[in-house]
Amino acid sequence: MDVLNALVAFANFVFVPGLAYGAQLALGALGVTLIYGILRFSNFAHGDTMAFGTALTIIGTNVLLGLGITFGPLPTALLALPFGIGATVLLVLLIDWLVYKFYRDQKAAPVILVIVSMGVMFVMNGIVRFVIGVDDIRFADGERFIITARDFRNMTGLDEGLAIKTTQAITVVVAFVVVAILFWFLNKTRTGKSMRAFSDNEDLALLSGINPDWVVKVTWMIVAALATTAGVLYGLDKSFKAFTYFQLLLPIFAASIVGGLGNPLGAIAGGFVIAFSEVTITYAWKKVLTYLLPDSLAPDGLVQLMSTDYKFAVSFAILIVVLLFKPTGLFKGQSV
Amino acid sequence: MNPLVKNSLLFALVGVLILGTGIVQGWNSALLILNMGLVSAVMALGVNLQWGFAGLFNIGVMGFVALGGLATVLVAMPPVTEAWAVGGLRVVGGLLLGAATIVAAVMAQKRLRGRNKIIGTLAIMIGGFFLFRAVFDGGVQAIEAVNPAVSGNIGGLGLPILLSWPVGGLLAAGAAWIIGKTALGLRSDYLAIATLGIAEIIIAVLKNEDWLARGVKNVIGLPRPVPYEVDLQRDPGFVERAASIGLDPVTASTLYTKIGYAILFTIVLLILLWMAQMALKSPWGRMMRAIRDNEVAAEAMGKDVTARHLQIFILGSAICGIAGAMMTTLDGQLTPGTYQPLRFTFLVWVMVIVGGSGNNFGAVLGGFLIWWLWVQVEPLGLGLMNILASGLEDGSATKDAMIASAAHMRLLTMGLVLLFVLRFSPKGLIPER
Amino acid sequence: MSAPFLIGDSMTGGYGKGPDILHGCTIAAEKGEIAVIVGPNGAGKSTAMKALFGMLNVNKGSVRLDGEDITHLTPQQRVVKGMGFVPQVRNIFTSMTVEENLEMGAFIRHDDFRDTMTQVYDLFPVLKEKRNQAAGELSGGQRQQVAVGRALMTKPKVLMLDEPTAGVSPIVMDELFDRIIEVARTGIPILMVEQNARQALEIADKAYVLVQGRNAHTGTGKELLADPEVRQSFLGG
Repeated sequence: MDVLNALVAFANFVFVPGLAYGAQLALGALGVTLIYGILRFSNFAHGDTMAFGTALTIIGTNVLLGLGITFGPLPTALLALPFGIGATVLLVLLIDWLVYKFYRDQKAAPVILVIVSMGVMFVMNGIVRFVIGVDDIRFADGERFIITARDFRNMTGLDEGLAIKTTQAITVVVAFVVVAILFWFLNKTRTGKSMRAFSDNEDLALLSGINPDWVVKVTWMIVAALATTAGVLYGLDKSFKAFTYFQLLLPIFAASIVGGLGNPLGAIAGGFVIAFSEVTITYAWKKVLTYLLPDSLAPDGLVQLMSTDYKFAVSFAILIVVLLFKPTGLFKGQSV
Repeated sequence: MNPLVKNSLLFALVGVLILGTGIVQGWNSALLILNMGLVSAVMALGVNLQWGFAGLFNIGVMGFVALGGLATVLVAMPPVTEAWAVGGLRVVGGLLLGAATIVAAVMAQKRLRGRNKIIGTLAIMIGGFFLFRAVFDGGVQAIEAVNPAVSGNIGGLGLPILLSWPVGGLLAAGAAWIIGKTALGLRSDYLAIATLGIAEIIIAVLKNEDWLARGVKNVIGLPRPVPYEVDLQRDPGFVERAASIGLDPVTASTLYTKIGYAILFTIVLLILLWMAQMALKSPWGRMMRAIRDNEVAAEAMGKDVTARHLQIFILGSAICGIAGAMMTTLDGQLTPGTYQPLRFTFLVWVMVIVGGSGNNFGAVLGGFLIWWLWVQVEPLGLGLMNILASGLEDGSATKDAMIASAAHMRLLTMGLVLLFVLRFSPKGLIPER
Repeated sequence: MSAPFLIGDSMTGGYGKGPDILHGCTIAAEKGEIAVIVGPNGAGKSTAMKALFGMLNVNKGSVRLDGEDITHLTPQQRVVKGMGFVPQVRNIFTSMTVEENLEMGAFIRHDDFRDTMTQVYDLFPVLKEKRNQAAGELSGGQRQQVAVGRALMTKPKVLMLDEPTAGVSPIVMDELFDRIIEVARTGIPILMVEQNARQALEIADKAYVLVQGRNAHTGTGKELLADPEVRQSFLGG
């Protein structure tokens, strides 16, 4: 029984939250890795792209709620998501046309593009503030839980409860569907294959008659969709605040580098590695250990390896270890 | 136009902007802008050293600036002897143990082979971590329990605050050494992300390690290198002199202290600028730029590129540390909650790029100009919005929204300035020669 | 005698704004023939081929394909016109499967290309065997086959190979040459740059020896192999 209780506590506090957070990071990292693979620079505006998409989705949600439309037990934001994605697609395409295209035609060094993306980050951050302000916004409605801790306890008779939030389940399901569609697109469609070819060997892709402008456009559209979805899922699960999204850059970059920049499969793996490490290291293990160990050995303290405020340090430490020992990432990325 | 004339005109423009601020908004505002402009110019010099000279992409400026701020507390605040008595030894011991663990793990990593290497390193890391926590945590608890309302930390050394400026540089240099050792020699994006990360971690440490500098409870009342206004106002001699030039004592005292800071900051800026200019012209500076322009060729000529990069990375970060200490001294308090990457990292980058990367005078100019803009964008934006919305009815939703949006103009403006300069004048206002 | 199928007629030019590398150099390929370009290092062999393919500026002279002047077309446009080009390095998509490489080769085609793929597999049976493997995992010789196969997917009217045997072992080299002869037998004119002059001349119907961007010797492969001057200067006696 104690073992079961320990398992449930572990699932409740580590596994389920880690899974949801990992899925959010993975979607974010996929966007970063696609930009890196096709446009060949690290996009520092990605966090703010996520914030923009989420902000627009929140506005869409409010409009829908104003019209009295809800999504039943599911968050209304899911209905507004296509609107958020559409607006973000338009914005990034506009920015690409106004800003990035010039440097691409010049064949500018990647580091210049990174600095340019910094400028775009400022602008997007400003736009998000104009659009929705700087406050913390919660926009999840509908049922809060699929199963509450108490229901679970009553059902199983265990001491520990397992609560699964609707947003967590939605995150995992949506992420799974999005990733499945993305991989189908990349591996089975003509455009998707041409994107992979372009990412693999740009010169040969041009020689084969692949249209670079189209590849770049499609990439931005996919990235906008991924970023908005990731942002909305994160915001539903926690809350929306422009600055938090900027700070997500670090774990997202860590995830894509750990997985191997430019490698979509790696981005997903990296997202989960980072998420589970963060949750595991900042979780207070006292409860789980108390169930598992004999009474005489039960821990006195919280058995928390690091306080939650240091979660950045976790992504950072993993990032450094990977950079030192396997700079191309766990899955083979493109970079040296 | 001859570049010397053009550059002089650009600096004159900055002077006019600051003087204009003085006339329109009052001299206290103008001096505030001048002082932060001086600090910004120092930061821009540091980033220019790294980016302009060596092409190193450091976006962790905020972290180094914050370390400078920490130095002011550690140097200038009076020591809390009680805290040292109850937990000082344990904290120091814990930190030493932590450092020893890392050294041992690195040694194990280098010496051991095969499976022993992984197991050994992991064992040392995990064992060392728990040992560190066992010793360290108790000390921290004891220290933080000492009079938590006003201290709860170890305090400082009680030395003159001016000493904290070089110490801030040293702290930043130490952090830069650790980061440089690991991330230099990799691709430029990786250095960027590593520095971004270290900056976030430094801020997290400052916010959470209350025993060190009180965390988000802030340290206020830092000693000052210039006299206090109240003391001046009580000094009859000062009041008399103020009256003789037609100023009331309060205004005179605030101006006096601000001018005091301005003089100190100008001295630092001039020294650093002179040093940076000498470095730029020296064989060392030429070599740096040669490495920046063609790393492969420089390596083929036998230059140790990574070692040179480490050198300049440490120097540049140290300058940012000095600037950070100066800034905290000016503020008179350390408030870790106010460090924002957009303000302390990316804004400095805008300064360097707008001013002219690779040119020290450009960086200094960018520091002043962009700081002025940063401060003035909001009032200017508000004025603009008021004019635009003047036709609308008072209290209408559109008008309120327009006026409220002025508060968000800063980041947008900075981004647009950066993008326009990069696009149309990528070498900046004062290009590298 | 009719005009050659592909001809770079007295081409003069170089990369970007740099100095001219080619000086009035003429290269031609006839239907059903293998033409090779040989010459010492730095003679401009690869440059001449790139000039034919539009990868550098031809300031004087012209390039004609089947009688049509294509001097000012981009490489991509030349691919559409029916030129197949196999670069010397980075000539496959390493992270994609062999079959996907061939598909990408056929990217500009909007008709059904399965027949062509079958033909390529018939020509290079080993590729059919490994068609679902990542091209980057194949051996050097197999990669070159993928590269040639990719170029054949557009059903080119002329195939250009830039040092196809660079860096492969002598045995693999012989096999590659055999395959190239087979491709030529299907009627596609082949133009190739070769470092291994002797072997290349043996299979060449037409050969060009370039020295410093100029035509030094021209003739059939056999003639040049027999030419004492060519033997002395380039074939080591």
